[in-house]
Amino acid sequence: MTIGVTRGTTARERPGPLAGPTVLELSDVSVFYGDYAAVRNVSLEIARNQITALIGPSGCGKSTILRSLNRMNDHIPGARVTGQLSFHGQDLYAPWVDPIQVRRRIGMVFQKPNPFPKSIYDNVAYGLRINGTKSGLDDLVERALRGAALWDEVKDKLRTSGLALSGGQQQRLCIARTIAVQPEIILMDEPCSALDPIATAKIEDLMYELSFDYTIVIVTHNMQQAARASHQTAFFTAEVDQRGSRHGRLVEFNDTSTIFTNPTEKRTEEYVTGRFG
Amino acid sequence: MTESVEASAPGRQMPLELRRSSLSRRRRITDLVAVVAIFLCVAVAAVPVALVVAYLVRQGAGVMSWEFLTADMPRQAQTLGGGIGPAVVGTIVTVGFASLLAVPLGILGAIYLVEYGKQRPVARTIRAMADIMTGVPSIMMGLFIYVSFVLVTQNLNALSASLALACLMLPLIIRTTEEMLNLVPDDLRHAGLALGARKWRTIISVVLPAAIPGITSGVLLAVARAAGETAPIYLVIGLTYRANWSLFGPNTSLPAQIFKNAQEPFPAANERAWGAALTLVAIVFIFTVVGRFLANRFSSRER
Repeated sequence: MTIGVTRGTTARERPGPLAGPTVLELSDVSVFYGDYAAVRNVSLEIARNQITALIGPSGCGKSTILRSLNRMNDHIPGARVTGQLSFHGQDLYAPWVDPIQVRRRIGMVFQKPNPFPKSIYDNVAYGLRINGTKSGLDDLVERALRGAALWDEVKDKLRTSGLALSGGQQQRLCIARTIAVQPEIILMDEPCSALDPIATAKIEDLMYELSFDYTIVIVTHNMQQAARASHQTAFFTAEVDQRGSRHGRLVEFNDTSTIFTNPTEKRTEEYVTGRFG
Repeated sequence: MTESVEASAPGRQMPLELRRSSLSRRRRITDLVAVVAIFLCVAVAAVPVALVVAYLVRQGAGVMSWEFLTADMPRQAQTLGGGIGPAVVGTIVTVGFASLLAVPLGILGAIYLVEYGKQRPVARTIRAMADIMTGVPSIMMGLFIYVSFVLVTQNLNALSASLALACLMLPLIIRTTEEMLNLVPDDLRHAGLALGARKWRTIISVVLPAAIPGITSGVLLAVARAAGETAPIYLVIGLTYRANWSLFGPNTSLPAQIFKNAQEPFPAANERAWGAALTLVAIVFIFTVVGRFLANRFSSRER
């Protein structure tokens, strides 16, 4: 049973990049805040050049899992990850791993656009400068802005403040900032939830273009977006245990077309057909 | 349409009901009373300031001149003429050096409290102590420096005065900088971290620039306060009649001279006191204006 997917250029219908090998593998991963298990026993594989969507109702741990992929949870006091999370076969949470190096290879775009209160040029160049790039910045900034489909709109005002752009442009600026340092994986935490439908469509098109060079993992509340834009989908849900506390759990992980047309689990079917959540 | 309809007719909004006069009399009177009361409060706050400044200008302008600002002070209080040059120099030296001590320490301390210490016991203690120190009478700072520094080194000089002023400025700067840093949204810190910037890097290149306008205001307030303090420096700075640009050797400053000259029975001395008072207010005012201008230049635009 299909949900209403608009005909047209979805990630699945357009010729997309070939799926590469697995770059990120989660094996029985649980994330705890202190003693409270926010999400439990997640096992997933993220393949190169694929767009993987994490969907599910609120409070089911999708953003928590996303943040654990680039060690942003480190900044939440009491946050702890168990299980095996490997990036190219290397455990991301091994004691000798430097989270800064992880984040240079796994970038993140946030829900609310958060450009720095600096000029557009300085926003995009920020990551490059902290990595020590001193020369050739102009070209790299241009390349990143083109990659984020923002160059034509801002090429005459690179020195104006990034905050003077519209919401959709700000989000594309944040994407440009992220891709300027050429990470392998781009994590997106509900990047379109603060944007209007046209800006959302632009970002989804952008994701399709980016998937040729990057691997994308996106958390989204919007099922139609996941159906349109992703190759693989992971469906999470929140379970309430006897004491009444909610824990997130991965229910099903499969190709997007399978999840939305022929899911294995009943809960998945109920969610994607709108019977709950 | 101008026919009048009973006000109780449901669902019918006539233009007449949009007018202010359609509000009940009681509401309109309350509104008027509130507005008048607020304006009165502003007047009560602003009028004394205006009066003080006007009086100051009237009394002090007569003696103002470049010579007044730079000439040495007469040794005899009843002598006419002379100037407050040494006091101006002394104020610049003491407040300048105190700022040099207090501003970096204060800002770095606040960065520690907000970014690293947070709620840890050490940070909580420091925060509590800074709060207490903002309330300590300034003469205590003077006495503290007198006992611990002046008596030990047996010297009255601008350095001791700077130390006393720095003690005064430090807790103010720490607290206001802390408030300003807390106002910077976490979003920006996350964005920096997600790009692979180290924490100190994020602080220096993202958080501080975003907080600079507020921090500058806080620093200027602390400097203005320090410039006007009499009690802490009076004990420790000594006295001189000639301009002394060094931190060592006896010095004097504008508040000290105002205090001394105002107590003298001689009109010549009183005149100099007024001139010094006007000078002090003018210096602080110029300083504030320039500082705000610079802060706006360097701050993030469009925020």
